[in-house]
Amino acid sequence: MKMKIIHAIFDDEQDVLSVVKDLRDREIEVNEVYSPFPIHGLDPVLGLKETRMAITAFIYGCIGLTFGALLIYYIMISGVGKSWPMNIGGKPNFTFYHNLPSFVPIMFECTVLFAGHLMSITYLFRNKLYPGATTTSPDPRTTDDKFLVELTYTDNKDDIIALLKKSNVTEINEKDEI
Amino acid sequence: MNKTTNMYITNRSVSIASLVMILIGLFSVCIAFITDPHAAWTNLLFNNYFFLGISLFAVFFVALQYVAEAGWSTILKRVPEAIMTFLPYTSIVMLFIVVTAVLHFGGNHIYHWLEPGIMTEGSANYDKIIAGKEPYLNATFFLIRSFIYVIIWVYCARRLRQISLEGDLEGDIGEKSYWKGLRVSGWFIVLFAVTSSTAAWDWIMSIDTHWFSTLFGWYIFSEWAVIGFASILLMTLLLNKQGYLRHLNDSHIHDLGKWLFAFSIVWTYMWFSQFMLIWYANIPEEVIYHMERIELDNYRFLSWFSLAINFIIPALFLMSRDAKRNKNRLIFVCIVVLIGHWINSYLLFAPGTLHDHGHLGILEIGLGIGFLGLFIKVVLTSLSKRDIELKHHPFLEESKHLHT
Repeated sequence: MKMKIIHAIFDDEQDVLSVVKDLRDREIEVNEVYSPFPIHGLDPVLGLKETRMAITAFIYGCIGLTFGALLIYYIMISGVGKSWPMNIGGKPNFTFYHNLPSFVPIMFECTVLFAGHLMSITYLFRNKLYPGATTTSPDPRTTDDKFLVELTYTDNKDDIIALLKKSNVTEINEKDEI
Repeated sequence: MNKTTNMYITNRSVSIASLVMILIGLFSVCIAFITDPHAAWTNLLFNNYFFLGISLFAVFFVALQYVAEAGWSTILKRVPEAIMTFLPYTSIVMLFIVVTAVLHFGGNHIYHWLEPGIMTEGSANYDKIIAGKEPYLNATFFLIRSFIYVIIWVYCARRLRQISLEGDLEGDIGEKSYWKGLRVSGWFIVLFAVTSSTAAWDWIMSIDTHWFSTLFGWYIFSEWAVIGFASILLMTLLLNKQGYLRHLNDSHIHDLGKWLFAFSIVWTYMWFSQFMLIWYANIPEEVIYHMERIELDNYRFLSWFSLAINFIIPALFLMSRDAKRNKNRLIFVCIVVLIGHWINSYLLFAPGTLHDHGHLGILEIGLGIGFLGLFIKVVLTSLSKRDIELKHHPFLEESKHLHT
């Protein structure tokens, strides 16, 4: 069966919230909502899962910490197969833990650097914002002052239209297939 | 459980328990002064410092909410307001210690630089370095400063509580008392910025007279912040468990949990910043401070132990969002952090006054319990006098519907 799309356009984010709630209560699939700004409380209404960004931050931080420790171990501590031993102010350079206090800032910075940058990159990739990515919004007005709810339907078109018309919808556009 | 009344009703068993705790404290302090007055003064000073920090930070917290025009904390504002009624008690004990130190009354030799002859050239115990600090570290100025701090803090604490109680009678949204409170808070924050640092130098840093750290004021402030937030959060959660503070939701405790988490890390950051520079430069008169704490057998374990639990427990246990919304976990972390900082408070004083014959023993714990009992008694009494939730406040509705 051929899938069809409806674009419903709204002026106010509160209307979007209530209409999405009504539609999902009737088990009508809401594909996507396009909005100029984040709408508070839309995520649970749309049934989106909570972000796992915090977990990635922890993992990236751990990677950064490990990297920082290995880096400073290679650079500063003498031994076979390692970098030139550094003698700074006569501090011991044979063991890692004797010098640990002076290594903490480097390890800390590496943790922050890795967590910050890798999180940003993860965020961009998860949102498919690769270099050269183009807009996915079907209507440029959603970057200004309009809110667009995208619905897919198979055969219950009249129900959907009737439901939408009961709300404060300003425009209903029908599109063929995906 | 929902209570229809908005008043805190003092619990009989809690009252009896707090009285028993006060008696334990009095008993310990008597034993301490009979057996070893020198150790007893340190004991009294550090326990008092710990509770002074908690009650003083509660004033700062209330002032901060006014100045930032923050709405989230309004429903639990009576909790820090009750805690700050303990400030006069700790202030009096502090002034008592300061005055007796100046008079050398009862074997109070906490402040080495107050010893007679230490600043007179030719005297047997003349110390050139300490003599050079005379313009700041002299008995008269020390007394004047101590009194100024206490007067400012206690005045602002009383005024802020009074204004908040006026708001309950004002009606409407309590705008008038809010603006009054904002003005007092502004002054308090400005004065606190200076006095918190100088009080830390005078009362704590001057014990290790030769040693100084430019970071010390902030180090002490961060410790006050941790114990202050831990106490506010712990009291809020315990009251909520008994059915009070009906409007408290996950977002409020999440916000307080964030503060606790953040300031635990700030404290560790300060601790480490101070430690690393001294360790790296390795100048004898600076490293003595950490040598006394890390190299002496009676403090070594306590130093590392308190550092570890004050950092690792809050950092790991409160890292995720869900953890900061979990009441039992927050209660656990608050208690651990309070114990950890209590030990650390001991380490701020004891190595400087008692050197290698100080140890954290039963008398210190006994007096700590006594202070805790008095704290519970005073705070719960002032909590029970007025409504536990504010009636009229510009941000009351916002706070009731806090959602993050």
